[in-house]
Amino acid sequence: MSQQTQIPELDSVGLFRFAWRQLTSMRTALILLLLVGIAAIPGSLIPQRTQDPLQVGQYFKDSPQQARWMDHLYLFDVYGSPWFSAIYILLFISLIGCVLPRTVEHFKAARALPPSTPKNLSRLEHYQSWNGQGDEIDRARAWFKAKRFRALESEGSISAEKGFTRETGNLFFHLALILILLGISFSSLFGMRGEAIINVGERFVNTPTSYDTLMYGRLYRDSNIPAFMLTADKFDARYNLETSAPEDYTLEVSLLRDGSTTIEKKVIKVNSPMTIGTTRVYLQANGYAPVVTVRDSKGDVAFQGPVTFLPQDSNLRSIGAIKVPDADPQIGFLGSFLPTYVRDGVNGGASAFPKALNPRLLLSVWSGDLGLDSGIPQSVYRMDTSEMVQIGLKGLKPGESYEYEGGSITFEGYVQWVNLNFVADPGKHLALLGGIVAILGLLASLFTRRRRIWIRVGNEVEVAALAKNSAPGLEIEMQEFAKMLKGEK
Amino acid sequence: MSRSWAFASNYLVYSAMAVYAISFLAHLIETAWAVKVPTATSKTLDYKRTEKVARIATAMMILGFVLLFAGVMARGISAGRVPWSNMYEFSITGALTFTGAYLLALRKYDLRWLGLLVSVSVLLTLGTAVTVLYVPSAPLVPALKSEWLVIHVSTAIISGGVFLLSNVIASAYLYLDRMEAKGERTAWAKRLPDLETLDQLSYRLVAFVFPLWTFSVIAGAIWAESAWGRYWGWDPKETWAFITWVAYAAYLHARVTIGWRGRRAAWLCLFAGSTFLFNYVYVNIWGTGKHTYSGL
Repeated sequence: MSQQTQIPELDSVGLFRFAWRQLTSMRTALILLLLVGIAAIPGSLIPQRTQDPLQVGQYFKDSPQQARWMDHLYLFDVYGSPWFSAIYILLFISLIGCVLPRTVEHFKAARALPPSTPKNLSRLEHYQSWNGQGDEIDRARAWFKAKRFRALESEGSISAEKGFTRETGNLFFHLALILILLGISFSSLFGMRGEAIINVGERFVNTPTSYDTLMYGRLYRDSNIPAFMLTADKFDARYNLETSAPEDYTLEVSLLRDGSTTIEKKVIKVNSPMTIGTTRVYLQANGYAPVVTVRDSKGDVAFQGPVTFLPQDSNLRSIGAIKVPDADPQIGFLGSFLPTYVRDGVNGGASAFPKALNPRLLLSVWSGDLGLDSGIPQSVYRMDTSEMVQIGLKGLKPGESYEYEGGSITFEGYVQWVNLNFVADPGKHLALLGGIVAILGLLASLFTRRRRIWIRVGNEVEVAALAKNSAPGLEIEMQEFAKMLKGEK
Repeated sequence: MSRSWAFASNYLVYSAMAVYAISFLAHLIETAWAVKVPTATSKTLDYKRTEKVARIATAMMILGFVLLFAGVMARGISAGRVPWSNMYEFSITGALTFTGAYLLALRKYDLRWLGLLVSVSVLLTLGTAVTVLYVPSAPLVPALKSEWLVIHVSTAIISGGVFLLSNVIASAYLYLDRMEAKGERTAWAKRLPDLETLDQLSYRLVAFVFPLWTFSVIAGAIWAESAWGRYWGWDPKETWAFITWVAYAAYLHARVTIGWRGRRAAWLCLFAGSTFLFNYVYVNIWGTGKHTYSGL
């Protein structure tokens, strides 16, 4: 019995050692490296939840069967999937297993003196010999010193070595990759990312409930949200008159920080976010929100205010839904907002320019059950008309009203909205540091070479050299060295 | 004003194409005429006979470079920015740097055997650019208004050009390797360097440009952080940039650490290069995501 338990124990140690050696072998590392590349491919061809949730939803609608088994394989979350993680974690373990022993070895080698000059130099590469004048050793010593070789001198010979930077750079490069990974993990643990749509003129108070979407890292606490308040004062969009392409977006905000009583005026642009402590605020999208007033048959206001519409094309034709659940029966409107209205035979109207030069609100009026109490979450931009009947259709200019059976709606005007991203990414500096060190390490390891040069002066002067890996240019260096020794210039 | 610059740019690009076409013809004649009438023993090459044509070919290449340079500049002036914001502009700038790299290398090495390939690939690139990829000159959209455009895109274009060159050389290696396996090189191929040189050259180009590519990816990440609020988001373009990086990292490891040479290394090099090409063509035109600036 005791024997039986002991054998597997030995085996498992052996197995572990075997597995470790396999994992940290260069061949395995190479395969894992290529695997990471290949495993990243599906995520670029199949829509991903983190980038394009709408497309993923479309997949589920179009072919639910296929989408379901794809989902089982995490094909919609490739970069967070267990199999992708498994590959890169194995790769990094393999990398650490490779790099750590080499660091120790390199550290020892860098402190050791170069090995003494071999007896038979003529068997080495770049060998030359000639009859000397006697001062060659002194010249060589000075030359090695000037060129910052590490040299060991003994009995009429010098053994010199240079190029440790290569391995140092190489190790730094790989350690930097670990640094980048640490930065990324740090961000995903302590980071925060939220989105909010704010109408121009309105206020945003930084609390979790103010966000439309909000994602936390695992170790991020609600209390970590910095307290501040901002007001979107003015939004200015400039467009190319010929192509309607956007040329510039500028958002002016008033910021009130926690504990401060002064209001700071700030400007947010697409490439220049606003920084508040560790949080950065990015201007991501913008659009229009028509302002409407809905009245019931008695003339009492049932709904009033701006309603966010979503842009559909480059001329900002925007669509949305206005829901009035308090009316009886419930009333809803499906609308298109056209900032610069032009007649269009197919759609009843189109927008010709993204700026609101000739705004028009096209509405269809629906009466019935909005389906808000069914418990199924609904998009605020869409309306379920399956339990409703259409009772009207109208295009309105600002200020105009439309009366339908049971009430009226007035198109008061419009406001612009901006979509702001609030991001706290505490690991990004670590990742950036890793990136910089990686490049420097890479340069050092690719453009320096480790080599040894020997000189012995006996009956004649003998020189030879040896390079680790291939070292182009060593031949030229040796020619220079020999020339210098011979006193030629 | 900006319109006349745009027109001038188009004329210059077309003229450059015409001149490159002449250069291509001259290179063809040079390569064909260098082959002497075969004798009973072997075919040989005689370059003295074609020296004049070779000079014309190179001169035309230089003229083409100058015209294209002016065309790219005029395009930039017409839009009031660096001319790198859609695929048409990437392509003409890429063709410019490609010829520039060739001409620069020509000062040091006799690479004229490569001239035929260079002129034909530049012609193809420009041809595709003016027919398929052309979009009118326009100012930048807000997301592109950043000094990082200059840094990120220029390094990406240079890296791409050098990766492409290294791929051309690796393909030449594979082709000649096969030819040699069957017997002797045919006459025109004798002009090309030996396999060892090609192998080394293709590796050195990659080793030289890999840090630049790394820099380009990191510069892109820094820019993405300021424009989109994240430095890495697995956008298709970012993903493929990562794949290219990983593939070339594998190539360098295979060569330096395991000691791959020759055929296997050339295939790996081609694979890595093709991921870059895929990124450029597929992701720009058919891809989704935030990097769709082809304007098509």
